[in-house]
Amino acid sequence: MAKVIGAITTSHVPAIGAAIARELREDPYWKPFFAGYPPAQRWLAARRPDVAVIFYNDHGLNFFLDKMPTFAIGAAPEYRNADEGWGIPTVPPVAGDQRLSWHLIERLVDEEFDVTTCQELLIDHACTMPLALLWPGRDAWPVRIVPICINTVQHPLPSAARCFKLGQAVGRAIRGYDEDLRVVVLGSGGLSHQLDGERAGFINRAFDLEFMQTLPGDPRWATRHSIPELVEHAGTQGIELLMWIAARAALEGEVRTVHSHYHIPISNTAAGLMVMETFSP
Amino acid sequence: MSARSRQSIPGTTLFDGTQAIKGYALNKMCYSFNSAANREEFKRAEDSYCRRYGLSEAQRDAVRRRNVLDMIAAGGNVYYLAKLAGIFGLDVQDLGAQQTGTTKEAFKAKLEAAGR
Repeated sequence: MAKVIGAITTSHVPAIGAAIARELREDPYWKPFFAGYPPAQRWLAARRPDVAVIFYNDHGLNFFLDKMPTFAIGAAPEYRNADEGWGIPTVPPVAGDQRLSWHLIERLVDEEFDVTTCQELLIDHACTMPLALLWPGRDAWPVRIVPICINTVQHPLPSAARCFKLGQAVGRAIRGYDEDLRVVVLGSGGLSHQLDGERAGFINRAFDLEFMQTLPGDPRWATRHSIPELVEHAGTQGIELLMWIAARAALEGEVRTVHSHYHIPISNTAAGLMVMETFSP
Repeated sequence: MSARSRQSIPGTTLFDGTQAIKGYALNKMCYSFNSAANREEFKRAEDSYCRRYGLSEAQRDAVRRRNVLDMIAAGGNVYYLAKLAGIFGLDVQDLGAQQTGTTKEAFKAKLEAAGR
């Protein structure tokens, strides 16, 4: 049977892609950010997942306002990155796992999550950046992926409580899969930031730190807030923390933090990273 | 509900159904800028490009003046507007500085101060 080996949650910022392409890891601005990643990379190298299920939010690469699914799940043999219009270099295609995708789709719909299924799906920086950060310097990605996109573009967004339940259902579905796969669940987004309006540049260190501190042991802490309340605390784009909530919810039992890192700022964003796994004494 | 939530957070517009309806033409144009050829065409012939997407007077005016707050007031969503801003060589910190009425240096300094 398949196994969820853990969850990794990380920020994604377009500028990170440009920094990787220009080899700025040692640059004084970037170093404190990239310095957070080697422990996560080592954890992955030791745990060797076969598949990454990735919760992310599309920023207007694949989905436009003509059709905006609340939850969309990839079911493609391969996923391609493409021009997002703001000059980030594209990364190589990533292999999918169609059989696992359809298993997740069947189980999720069974559990009353009416997901949109995508046999073609362009993946944007939110989906590719965790791969580039966690498996750097690769010509080919060492994992297959199943992308799950949660709408954060157009309100109403699904509530934090709903995203938590989605993550739980994804975790149950993976654990019920009949292949001996090792699966890591990734959550890509956040933490606090706001790009738009007179409040642009808003960052909330205290909220982020409390969110990160509660996520492993009390993951429902953030789900007590409505979406507008979370936007107030974390910013209009900080609401991407929904991806962290979903990824954490895929873990069962007692969860411990293997590694965490927090750095302000990258571009306009408070950048966070967490590696979590189910506690086994 | 949507009107109340829009007003409840200072300096913040939640992009909801009201905004999505109002901003559709502008956002659709910005979405087209995922294509390099379209970005070039906009640069070559801005007026006719905007006309083709049916921008409202307020949207056309905000684009002409490169004014982000006015684009948002006209229904623009920042995820799409960022693609337009890229054509003008503006990044999200330029956008932040413009919207908060400060210089890019001061805006960046404020972000760094948030980490201390």
